[in-house]
Amino acid sequence: MKIINSKNYWKANLKIVLILLSFWFLSSFGAGILFSDLLDKIKLGGFNLGFWFAQQGSILVFVFLIVAYCILMNRLDRKYRADKD
Amino acid sequence: MDLQILTYLMAGASFALYIGIAIWSKASSTNEFYVAGGGVHPVANGMATAADWMSAASFISMAGIISFMGKDGSVYLMGWTGGYVLLALLLAPYLRKFGKFTVPDFIGDRYYSKLARFVAVLCLIFVSFTYIAGQMRGVGIVFSRFLEVDINTGVIIGMAIVFIYAVLGGMKGITYTQVAQYCVLIFAYMVPAIFISILITGNPIPQLGFGSKIVSEDIYLLDKLNNVLNDLGFNNYTDSTKSKIDVFCITGALMAGTAGLPHVIVRFFTVPKVRDARASAGWALLFIAILYTTAPAVSSFSRLNFINTINNSSYESTPVWFKNWEDIGLISWSDKNKDGIIQYAPGNSLNPVKPIFSDQRGINGERIVSNELTKNKNEIYIDRDIMVLANPEIANLPNWVIALVASGALAAALSTAAGLLLVISSSISHDLMKKIFRPSITDKQELFLARLSAAIAIGVAGVFGIYPPAFVAQVVAFAFGLAASSIFPALIMGIFSKRVNSSGAIIGMVSGLLFTSSYIIFFKFISPDLNFSDNWFLGISPEGIGVVGMVINFTFAMVISFFTKSPPEHIIKLIDNIRAPE
Repeated sequence: MKIINSKNYWKANLKIVLILLSFWFLSSFGAGILFSDLLDKIKLGGFNLGFWFAQQGSILVFVFLIVAYCILMNRLDRKYRADKD
Repeated sequence: MDLQILTYLMAGASFALYIGIAIWSKASSTNEFYVAGGGVHPVANGMATAADWMSAASFISMAGIISFMGKDGSVYLMGWTGGYVLLALLLAPYLRKFGKFTVPDFIGDRYYSKLARFVAVLCLIFVSFTYIAGQMRGVGIVFSRFLEVDINTGVIIGMAIVFIYAVLGGMKGITYTQVAQYCVLIFAYMVPAIFISILITGNPIPQLGFGSKIVSEDIYLLDKLNNVLNDLGFNNYTDSTKSKIDVFCITGALMAGTAGLPHVIVRFFTVPKVRDARASAGWALLFIAILYTTAPAVSSFSRLNFINTINNSSYESTPVWFKNWEDIGLISWSDKNKDGIIQYAPGNSLNPVKPIFSDQRGINGERIVSNELTKNKNEIYIDRDIMVLANPEIANLPNWVIALVASGALAAALSTAAGLLLVISSSISHDLMKKIFRPSITDKQELFLARLSAAIAIGVAGVFGIYPPAFVAQVVAFAFGLAASSIFPALIMGIFSKRVNSSGAIIGMVSGLLFTSSYIIFFKFISPDLNFSDNWFLGISPEGIGVVGMVINFTFAMVISFFTKSPPEHIIKLIDNIRAPE
């Protein structure tokens, strides 16, 4: 693995944020709005899938994204400290 | 026990708890007053952030709005929680690393300009007061309905409580009362939701009941709701009626606006480390999501319950809650076809929309309105704000649940009001006085000024509550639009660009602000009769225009910075420092 110094720490940080934000965009603006009508044709129990994403699914994805962010950033911080020593 | 006595007991006990906590955690320095000494545990900070952020709008109004808007109401769910993701990933950790007291602190230092700080203070004060006016209306509704006191008395009680714990306790007092308020409000929201979910679907988890079949019928709740609404002439609950571009922009404006809300950002200054700021953002969204995934379930339950209870029943046989809310003026019924029976249908029943009551009663005992009756079949006016509060009564739940909901609504309104008051007071005492006009004042004098401005701000907020400006509903779009078009881009560029300089940032903020506010003022205040989609820019409503303002802000700031001097060396160092790991 690459050594993490203060310069590529920022790059690694940006990469994590960009990847997570693309999921953020897909679940809300994508599944909840732009493709919502298409997804509505699929049923999930009593929900139309597009409606479910708009009112439940996107929020669950958001929680998951912030948790993932904490874990990934803490791992990056540890790697940075280890490489520095 | 009597509902009123129960409500007094529960609300009284919760108030005593908040004040007790405030006395226990009194602030003694500016550091404690502004950021609670920076030593709050991430889980506690997560709860406090959740309470701070979930306002009367989230607790009282949101489920009601969604209940009548169906899928179109999703913009609030996605917008407010999605903005939280932006805050957690793009702002919170870096602003914590920066490590000062306020949002204008960051903007003033990063753009090395008192003018930039001043513009930020103005945006912040405007956004915060707009928000407080909404909280005070919430407090007023709860007091007048459940404690049967005059709205004015209610607002004054609320002001006194906030005064005690915000002015004495500062951020430290507020943080720990907000932890208690989160517990009260989430319990108060979940208990009736669980009861109603069991009654309607047999499933104790509202999020699952939402997608389940109705008890003893072989039909899904949402399909049933669609059928019932179609029979009355409404659109499907689960279909969207707004244009995609408008929904897209409203969601975007709410997201960027939420991320730019100063009273939420400042909560991340209170934890010890950057790592804790990230963790507490995660906890906060988890705590928020509990309410936000329950709300749309409550919306669908209450719409179905409301129709089943009210439509085609005679006025005389309506339950007590219907008449109680009618007495306060938030429900009205006008018997258009003179059959003594309530008909519910699409369209507004009255013109103008809100009822203007006369002193007389009709033959059935209903309050007579002096509005013109519209031609459609709908005979009911119902204020959306009452759905959550009336829900336990509509579902016939015991009195203690109703009293609990009242206490929860008060907790939601007071916790947000306190957070906002603190932001206003610190921006006046710290940003305006200490950093711009009177740099020579001591820490003690600054603390006194902070308390004084908090006290004055409470007074102003109280006036909003007692004489509610008729424009409260309109200015909510304003608060988010302005936060999205001014504060949010300035913060983002301050962290992610080394090239954007002070003139770029100031012109960006001012142009975003001017564009957004003139668009909203034009359609909401000057020519409300032109406020429909044919006249809108690209079909974007005033609620969503903040997104365009944001794009304008980004564009101007970058173009102007490109043609002017780079920020000085010490600013580049500052940016490197907030980006670097601890």
